[in-house]
Amino acid sequence: MTRALICHHASPGVTVQDAGRPGYLAQGVSRGGAADRLALAEGAALLRQGPELAALELAGLGGAFEATEDMRIALTGAPMRANIDGKSLAWNASHLLRAGERLVIGAARQGSYGYLHLGGGVATPLVLGARGVHLAASVGRAVQAGERLPVGEDAGLNGVGLTLDPVPRYEGGTVRVVTGPQTAFFNPQDQERFAATTFTRDMRGNRMGVRWVPDGEGFHSQTGLSVLSEVIVSGDIQITGDGTPFVLLSECQTTGGYPRIGSVIPSDLPIVAQAVPGTRLRFEFIALKEAADIERREAARRAALGSTVRPLLRDPHDMADLLAYQLISGVSAGDELERRP
Amino acid sequence: MIAQSFPRISPLGVDGFLVSFGDKLAEPANRAALAFRAALERESWRGVEESSTSLASAYLRFDLAAATHVEMQARLEGLLNAQDWCAADLPGGRRLWRIPTVYGTALAPQLEEAARAAGVSAQEAVAMLSRTRVRVQTIGFAPGQPYLGELPENWDIPRQTKLTDNVPQGALVVAIRQLVLFSVTTPTGWRHIGQTAFRLFRPESDSPFTLRPGDEVLFPEASAEALENMRQDPEGGASCEPLT
Repeated sequence: MTRALICHHASPGVTVQDAGRPGYLAQGVSRGGAADRLALAEGAALLRQGPELAALELAGLGGAFEATEDMRIALTGAPMRANIDGKSLAWNASHLLRAGERLVIGAARQGSYGYLHLGGGVATPLVLGARGVHLAASVGRAVQAGERLPVGEDAGLNGVGLTLDPVPRYEGGTVRVVTGPQTAFFNPQDQERFAATTFTRDMRGNRMGVRWVPDGEGFHSQTGLSVLSEVIVSGDIQITGDGTPFVLLSECQTTGGYPRIGSVIPSDLPIVAQAVPGTRLRFEFIALKEAADIERREAARRAALGSTVRPLLRDPHDMADLLAYQLISGVSAGDELERRP
Repeated sequence: MIAQSFPRISPLGVDGFLVSFGDKLAEPANRAALAFRAALERESWRGVEESSTSLASAYLRFDLAAATHVEMQARLEGLLNAQDWCAADLPGGRRLWRIPTVYGTALAPQLEEAARAAGVSAQEAVAMLSRTRVRVQTIGFAPGQPYLGELPENWDIPRQTKLTDNVPQGALVVAIRQLVLFSVTTPTGWRHIGQTAFRLFRPESDSPFTLRPGDEVLFPEASAEALENMRQDPEGGASCEPLT
């Protein structure tokens, strides 16, 4: 019998996600993968395992889960209400889920996408080299109630009760944008107005993209609706026929004909993905060189996230089962508090 | 319009370049895009993670840790200058597909509207579309999904300003002198004129993507009853033969 996570209840947007499947753009399959890829890196750091392992993405709501044997778990991304057998759990932290206990994850308190990571990762079969469910491409499907998800082998149960400080990304704000091949389809005054406008996250949005409604009038390209369909990438800001921008996310199409005014840099894309309806946002154009430098720095920071992990400190009076917790894990160097920036 | 000269290299996103051979659908630009991408694959430069094509351009994505934009642009310029890409051959191993199609009816409700925009009757539209051999110019938007062209000039009709909520898998849609055959159920800004039972993406199979750029396709007219039967056929009633 393989290790498994039993999903007693799963809300509609629960899917298995990883870093997606790059390399199929020419075949019409966008990379897909977690809507908030930073949350994957944070979960991997908390469990001290590879960032390529798959986790469960929870779109706004979670579910009820049970492990067939003791497992390490970590919770990242949009903070949600969570408990094990009624005892509430800290978000952005790793925990021990014992066999037979019931893990219940409720609604997001902030943001859109929460993540449940498992020691050893979700081990569903690979399709085109990855496990990420790509609903738009009909690759896989959402997790169903009663489903047993296979979980990969884990080295042990050490290293739970750890936490890290997540990068804030649930309040909108400003995202950085680079120009692209179609920016000049918009006249300079409209480009300036775009950068000076505040947008509000519309009700319409999913893993393919998110619609943003401008304060004031829409934006119209000089080429109208007859632009030749062109390669698109996640982060691209398409201006649809009604002049409203649509920021494309991980599950976007691979080509599209709506003109694009620019592209949100990957490091800022979690802010777009995590925005809930009503969130306010601005787009700031930056130079390509600066954007590339930011991405290089961010890649290095993500790779070093493990060094920012520290013990989760809780008031012992709140902990009825103190002895069940491993406050300092075997893999901890013991100096995380000192090294914390 | 903005005056532009081609071919042109421009950054796309933070870690990609687009090499465009035109801003209109044209056979030489499409040949160039396919051939240039094939050359990129052959070169396999260090740091290149992926390449792709659209109708008239090739795209390349690279690892920012392995190369700078300046280096990558210089390589692209060098390769671009190596030959006349618009005169390149079409890809090898091309095939001719016949994919039976129901035009109009409740299965494809926008035939009349599209025909009107093209300045012909619905009957004339079907006669024209069912006999025009179109070529797969690129695969994109959704898995294995072809952009097919080029249709006669009167089919240079714009997209709709609003999206149609959903058209089914196998839908044949039209805009700007092109046909697209949808591989998945999807919202679209194009007009739904025909319906097929053809599956473009077969993730369970060893060759999950059915059509290839360069393949040619005919969409002969079929009845709604015939389509029902074709839905039971793994090939959706389609046939294919090698093109020489």
